[in-house]
Amino acid sequence: MMRKKGTLRQILLITDGCSNQGSDPVAMAALASEQGITVNVIGVLNENMPEYHRQGLKEVEEIASAGGGISQIVYTKQLSQTVQMVTRKAMTQTIQGVVNGELQQILGGKSTLDDLPPDKRGEVMEVVDELGETMDLEVLLLIDASGSMEDKMATVQESLLDLSISLNSRIGDNQFAVCVFPGKKYDAELLMDWSSRLESVTKMLSQVELGGITPTGPAIKEAISIFQSRRSKRGLLSRDDEPRDGYFKESGM
Amino acid sequence: MMNQGMDISKNPVCNLVRGERIRGKWHHNEYAIRRLLGYGATGAVYLADSARGSVALKIGHDSMSITSEVNVLKHFSRVQGIVLGPSLIDVDDWNSTSGRYPFYVMDYLKGENVFEFLDRNGPEWFGIIILQLLNSLQKLHEAGWAFGDLKPDNLLVTGPPYKIRWIDVGGTTQLGRSIKEYTEFFDRGYWGLGSRVAEPSYDLFSAAMIMINSAYPARFQKKAEPSRQLFEAVRKSGKLQPYESIIKKALQGKYKSAEEMKHDLLLLLHHDRQPAPSQKSPPVKKPAASTAKPSPQQTTRQVRRQKKKSWAFETVLLFTFFSILYLFYMIGQTM
Repeated sequence: MMRKKGTLRQILLITDGCSNQGSDPVAMAALASEQGITVNVIGVLNENMPEYHRQGLKEVEEIASAGGGISQIVYTKQLSQTVQMVTRKAMTQTIQGVVNGELQQILGGKSTLDDLPPDKRGEVMEVVDELGETMDLEVLLLIDASGSMEDKMATVQESLLDLSISLNSRIGDNQFAVCVFPGKKYDAELLMDWSSRLESVTKMLSQVELGGITPTGPAIKEAISIFQSRRSKRGLLSRDDEPRDGYFKESGM
Repeated sequence: MMNQGMDISKNPVCNLVRGERIRGKWHHNEYAIRRLLGYGATGAVYLADSARGSVALKIGHDSMSITSEVNVLKHFSRVQGIVLGPSLIDVDDWNSTSGRYPFYVMDYLKGENVFEFLDRNGPEWFGIIILQLLNSLQKLHEAGWAFGDLKPDNLLVTGPPYKIRWIDVGGTTQLGRSIKEYTEFFDRGYWGLGSRVAEPSYDLFSAAMIMINSAYPARFQKKAEPSRQLFEAVRKSGKLQPYESIIKKALQGKYKSAEEMKHDLLLLLHHDRQPAPSQKSPPVKKPAASTAKPSPQQTTRQVRRQKKKSWAFETVLLFTFFSILYLFYMIGQTM
C-alpha cells in the first residue's frame, strides 16, 4: 500500500464568460499543469442566456483540458453540487493518473487501470479511493468578478460553503485560498489567504466590487504564483515539507 | 472523462436496444438486453436475460466509478447472513463498436417504488416500512458502512411478504470517510445540519427526509433558515405530526444509532395501537387528542412512571406482609 501522503494542488476557476484581456488562459493553464497544479473550470450559465453566450463558454473546456483538469458547464442553481463534484473528480483523476504512471512502469507499454482484469482493478481502485480520502489538498478558488457575475455571487458564496462542508468531512487536511479577478490594483486579488475553513470568505465575497473586464489568463498566472509563494514560505518555516511533496516528485507531477 | 456532462442520457450505454447482446471480455458470459430499468449519474441499469435467468445489468462509461460500486457490492457479499442489497453476479468489460464499457451484473429485484407501495397499501404501512429501513440501516452500520445516498429512488419494496430493499449502493461509504454521492434534499450538509462524514446519524437524517418527502412528494427548495423550514414542514403536515419528535431528533443528529430511532418509533407504533378502538367515536377522541398530544418521549416517561408506581406498590405490599409475619413471630415468642 502507498502510505506516503502527498498534497494535491488544484485551481478551481468559476466563470461565466470568455476572457477578454491579457495572456491566453489556455496557455496559462498548461503552465500550471506543468508545475503540478491541476486547473478545473466551471462555466456558469444563466437560465435565460442567449445562445452566443453559450459559445463563449467553449473556452472553459479548453482551459481545463490544458490544465489537466475537469470542466463542467452548469446552470446557476446546480453550482453547489457541481463545485464539490468537480473538485472530487479531479482529485481522483489526478491520483489515477499517478497510479497509471506507476502501472506503466511496472507493466510496460500503454497499460492503464482499464487494462487490468476487473478483480485487480478493484484492488487498485480501493487504493485510489483511500488516497483521495486521506491525501492533503490545496484548492485555490479563482472567481470571475466581472459585471455579469453580479446575480450569481450569492450562489457562488453558497457553493464555497458547501465545498468546505464536503472536503472537511474527509480525513485528509484541506487548505483553501480565494482569489477574485479583476482585482482592484492587479489582475487578480487575493481575497482570503490559505486557511482550512471557507466560512470567513462569504462576507468578503458579497463586498467585492465587480469589474468590467475578464482577464482570465493573467488571473491563472497570478494563482500559480500564490501557490509558489506558499511553497517557498513553507520550505522556510516547516520541516514537514519534504514528505508532503515526496509522493509526487518521483512521478513528475 | 473531460467535461463529463451531468446528463448522461445521450451516452450510448443509456440507449441499448432490446435484444442487444453484451458479451464480457474477461469471463465471456453473454447477456441479452430486455429493457431499461433506469439510469443515474454513473450509468444505466437494464433488465437482461442470462444463462441463469433474469438479471440486472449496470453498464457505465467511467471505469473508476463502476469499479468503486463493484467494490461496495463485494463488501456486502462478505457480510454473512444479511440480505442488504442485490448480490453481485459478474463483473466485466464490453467491447462494443463504439468503445469499451465496464459493466456488472446483479440479482434482479422485482418490486415497487416505496411511495407507490404506501399509496396502494395505506398509512399503517408507513411506520412499518420506516422500521424495516431502520433495521437494515442498523445492520449496515454494524458492518461498518453508511448508505450515503439514501432516497426513495434507491429503495424498492419487494414481496409479498413485503420487504424494503435497496437497489443502488453507489453512495455507500465506509464509516469515518466522507460521503461522495448524495442528493441535496436528503443531505444534511445541504440543509446546514451537519457534516458529510459517513456515520449512522448521516443516514438517519436521510431517513427522516424520506418521511418528509412522503408528505411532500414534490420536495422543496432550501430557504433562509433551513432547519426551521424543515421543522415547520413537519409540524404543518397531518401525516407527519405523530412522528414529529422522532423526525426532529433525527434531523438534529440526536440519534447516534438506528437502534435508538427504531426504539422511539416502536414505542410510538405500540402507543398508536391502543387508542385504535376509540377511533369509532371520533368526537370523543378529538378533544382528548388536542389537549394532550403525547410525544413518544412523554409516552416513555409515562410508561416508566407506571412501572415505578407498580414497583412502589409491590414494595409496600411486601413490607406489610413481612411486618405482619414478624408480628406473629413476636406474639409467638411472648406466648
